[in-house]
Amino acid sequence: MSDVMAPLATVTALPAQGMITIRGNLKDAGFIAAVKSASGLDVPAQRQIVTQKELALAWMSPDELLLLCGYEDAPALTNAMTEAFGDQFAMAVVVSDARAVFDLEGPKVRDVLGKLAPVDMAPGSFGHGEIRRTRLAQVAAAFWLTCDDSARLVCFRSVAQYAEDLLKTSAKPGTEVGYF
Amino acid sequence: MSTRLATGGRLIDRNSRVEFTFNGKRFTGHSGDTLASALLANDQMLMGRSFKYHRPRSVIASGPEEANALVALGHDAKMEPNARATTTELFEGLSAKSQNHWPSLDYDIGALNTAIARFLPAGFYYKTFIHPRPFWKHVFEPFIRQSAGLGPAPKQKDPDRYEHFYAFADLVIIGGGVAGLHAARVAGEAGLRVIVMEQTSAWGGRSLVDGGTIEGVSVEAWVNATVEALESMENVTLRLRCMGAGVYDHGYMLGYERLTDHAPVDDMPRHRLWRVRAGQVLSATGAVERPLSFAGNDVPGVMLASALRDYVVNFGVSAGDRTVVVTNNDDAYRTAIALHEAGLSVPAVIDARSETDGELPNKVRDLGIRVETGKAIAKVKGGKRVKSVGLCLQAGEGAVLEEIPCEAVAMSGGWSPIVHFWSHTGGKLTWDADAAMFRPDHARAPTGEEGQQNQGIAGAANGEMTLGAALSDAHAQAREAVKRAKAKLPGTASPKGEAPAEAPLAPVWIMPQGANAKLRAKMWLDFQNDVKVSDVQLAAREGYESVEHTKRYTTLGMATDQGKLSNINGLAILSDAIGADIPKVGTTTFRPPYTPISMGSIAGEARGEIFQPLRRTPMHEWHEDNKAYWEPVGQWRRPYCYPRSGETHTEAVNREVINTRENLGLLDASTLGKLLVKGPDAGKFLDLMYTNMMSNLKVGRCRYGLMCSENGFLSDDGVVARIDEDTWLCHTTSGGADRIHAHMEEWLQTEWWDMKVHVANLTEQYAQIAVVGPHARDVLEDLDGMDVSKEALGFMDWADGELAGIPVRVFRISFSGELSYEIATPAARGLELWEKLHEAGKAYGVMAYGTEALHIMRAEKGFIMIGDETDGTVIPQDLGLNWAISKKKEDFIGKRAQERTFMTNPDRWKLVGLETVVPEEVLTDGAYATADGANGNGQGNVQGRVTSTYFSPTLNRGIAMGLVHHGPERMGDVLDFPTTDGRVIKAKIVDPVFYDKDGEKQNV
Repeated sequence: MSDVMAPLATVTALPAQGMITIRGNLKDAGFIAAVKSASGLDVPAQRQIVTQKELALAWMSPDELLLLCGYEDAPALTNAMTEAFGDQFAMAVVVSDARAVFDLEGPKVRDVLGKLAPVDMAPGSFGHGEIRRTRLAQVAAAFWLTCDDSARLVCFRSVAQYAEDLLKTSAKPGTEVGYF
Repeated sequence: MSTRLATGGRLIDRNSRVEFTFNGKRFTGHSGDTLASALLANDQMLMGRSFKYHRPRSVIASGPEEANALVALGHDAKMEPNARATTTELFEGLSAKSQNHWPSLDYDIGALNTAIARFLPAGFYYKTFIHPRPFWKHVFEPFIRQSAGLGPAPKQKDPDRYEHFYAFADLVIIGGGVAGLHAARVAGEAGLRVIVMEQTSAWGGRSLVDGGTIEGVSVEAWVNATVEALESMENVTLRLRCMGAGVYDHGYMLGYERLTDHAPVDDMPRHRLWRVRAGQVLSATGAVERPLSFAGNDVPGVMLASALRDYVVNFGVSAGDRTVVVTNNDDAYRTAIALHEAGLSVPAVIDARSETDGELPNKVRDLGIRVETGKAIAKVKGGKRVKSVGLCLQAGEGAVLEEIPCEAVAMSGGWSPIVHFWSHTGGKLTWDADAAMFRPDHARAPTGEEGQQNQGIAGAANGEMTLGAALSDAHAQAREAVKRAKAKLPGTASPKGEAPAEAPLAPVWIMPQGANAKLRAKMWLDFQNDVKVSDVQLAAREGYESVEHTKRYTTLGMATDQGKLSNINGLAILSDAIGADIPKVGTTTFRPPYTPISMGSIAGEARGEIFQPLRRTPMHEWHEDNKAYWEPVGQWRRPYCYPRSGETHTEAVNREVINTRENLGLLDASTLGKLLVKGPDAGKFLDLMYTNMMSNLKVGRCRYGLMCSENGFLSDDGVVARIDEDTWLCHTTSGGADRIHAHMEEWLQTEWWDMKVHVANLTEQYAQIAVVGPHARDVLEDLDGMDVSKEALGFMDWADGELAGIPVRVFRISFSGELSYEIATPAARGLELWEKLHEAGKAYGVMAYGTEALHIMRAEKGFIMIGDETDGTVIPQDLGLNWAISKKKEDFIGKRAQERTFMTNPDRWKLVGLETVVPEEVLTDGAYATADGANGNGQGNVQGRVTSTYFSPTLNRGIAMGLVHHGPERMGDVLDFPTTDGRVIKAKIVDPVFYDKDGEKQNV
């Protein structure tokens, strides 16, 4: 019975995470080199997220990336990135405070997200190294898997409470879908 | 009487006892029963009353096509109207009530309608109540509404929970009968990701009742083995109690899963709506049996032949000892056999065909059952129960040859494939005259976004009505689906199904074919809505030729069953009446959902706290702790005011205004939009977005700007700050942030894609606090950290720095007319800064103020507000904002529109201030100023209207802004503003700036 009564995944609000929005031409060699020199990371392919130690770089759109870092490091990293861009048409701006971050942990984490986001959560379709910028019910969100049974989710700060309530509702015990 | 048989009932557990109530009466059933089978088992034949004539009705079908046995399930907040007893699984404590009767099901006064039925023909309401016109709304409609309608809507809030689930599949199969199961096996073995949705609680569909063998074993054994094989496939998902609800564009389809209806538990989702993107959809939805149109075909005890045998075989329930079977096909003979095998009597099988020599009829004859060919039912006798049927010639006019006493009648007019899903996305049908049915036209299949076929249909749904043909068709159609999904065809063998051969049916639309008017007026087509053969014929005589018009005129097929039983019969009658072929008349449109789905499932999780997102600023909790009275602004909640104990909202607002003007006020302005615009072309871009110049703004300075739509109308406003050479920060209104961000992106992505500009929405990155009042500078100096003096930070300057150790960006701007600073800080530090400002501000009498004080103070200064002074029809010139419209610029969005003659017309209403003649009076928001004369519609002329109106605590009088014809030229004129309660408030046209015209207070 204990399994039946456990939520599909536990939902934990995380402390502030450093985040930098980067915009530029993701295919441009100069841009790729600048991103690499400032962050040490390669520009990820479409819908991918690359990780290295404390940093992660996520594809957001054909001309936008999101760099994840320590909260305190964001301003310095942004300056370094801006410097690396030089005269290029590109932008780096701190958005750490604009976001809320959640950890979802549990074997049914795919069910929890699959009830709220129009994303194919099947293991064969959504795996490690992939990020989805999508919606969670009525708000914008992005998420990726951190391991087989955990995911990290980012949404706007103002709707953090809504997102947490949504995720906890979706994760209520006994509501697994059994599709994956 | 109807009763439970001593043996039989493959779905029920005879060892179980399930207690339930119907109209307060206690009954017992078994687990596995539906409400309909349990009511029949308890001899509760009467289950409801019809819509128009309140005729006594019992169950007619055994599935979702049920039109009569609709009940209200549960009570109070959990009451669900119009639940079909045939699809409601029995559970302990179930409570159901019949509908549409008064005072009771047995004695219904509305049934008098049936006595005056000939005065209530098709279109009766349209014809009778059309004049006098106003009577419809005030007299007729409320009366009719009360006497009509099926189940009442529950009055309380639904306590149940619902959810959505987004799934993606290569193939969704709708229907878990033998065709669907075999198709799933083929697709599963081809490696496709398959979902099979079955609306009932068991696999196998009709074939389990109808019999035959598959691969030499019983249907049941084959179904069990196939389900077991499918369950072991990881790529196949089987869902019972999950109905395909609709198929839409781009392979989107909905599944309606009933999770706990059959076993209610608390805090579990009741329904789950599957929102599926399917590469392919395959309908294996079977077919639905058609009633026959003979007089009295609605009397309780007359049922579809298939339903009657379902009750016997599945539930061990008999509708009566003696059942007359009436048919135009061989399939109905199965009912005679099933009844005979259950030990019940079949006095006669009445077959409208002149001859029958098929396997099934001969078997029936061999059982010693009387078979009457070329015969028909002239009339069913009985009121609340069948008593007898009158036998007549099908070819005749209905003269009764013999009266056959019986308790039940099993009727079968043939079968109609369930082509709903095929039709939902445009698949076409073709009329099969031999089988008398519309079947899918595979040459005109439903297509997807690239013109590719994205739906198939198999088995009985595809018009293949026998077991063998249905299975081989399922095999073939599954293979087609696999090919369309571009997967490799598996080696799955086609299963061999064997069942008795069936002779062709004879189309019978009226029984007997020469029935007179009196009989035709008792032949029901649409049972729920009381539409009879005579109604459709009347509509045809009155000129209704289109099936869609006839439907709406007669309400044929408009009941909750959406014509599942009535459509084909009705259009056959219509085609006969207007002398056109059935395919010429065509069907009405099949629209989702297949059967009604709950509103809750559509809403999903969105209820209570998560009904919609509520946006909170970083200071939200502080406002809550300080008793803020909230105002919704978009999805934000902003404090309207902070009432103190004993204070009314008006008193609180007045206090906040006075205190801000005299001492120090703090406003949470975090909701303001903040868009960072950066790039080599940013200045050029902003010159196009705003009506005024932004490219020549100096770094470190701020400028107020206006944005218009392409049509010239004022869309948003705000202060723009130049951050560095190629970066500007644009403030938008609170409600406009996302919209203006999207507006900028749209122009950059679709029109000016060559401009080198990036936009980032930083609205939520910063908390923003307005520090306002004569002591604004004092409190900032006390916090320490940066120079905010007039010299260092003049009006419309901004600077980065620190206050009390918190990083800030300070804008010296004012929306109140006071000395004012707007301070942005990273959102995570917002509350800290807010609290420090309150702490330090104590010495100066600091108070937080809300949006209403903000509104009053801006109105006192004559500042416009988007959404008050603008409404989508107002251009900046109307508001006297010509100073903010650049004349030097070659172009900006809205420029050309503003040059149109209508926009430059001097007769446009223009902004003025309005001062009430009696100072204590306050104008009504939106009130019109009257003028002499009347317009073409006889309405009084108007010459202006109020856009914002307040009581100004500063000036101690009513003030307002409004748009007035030739307003600015009419200073001092007094206008009349009538109120809705009959008074007239007089107001004088004045300058809109009521307070500190020279701006001395903000410029210190």
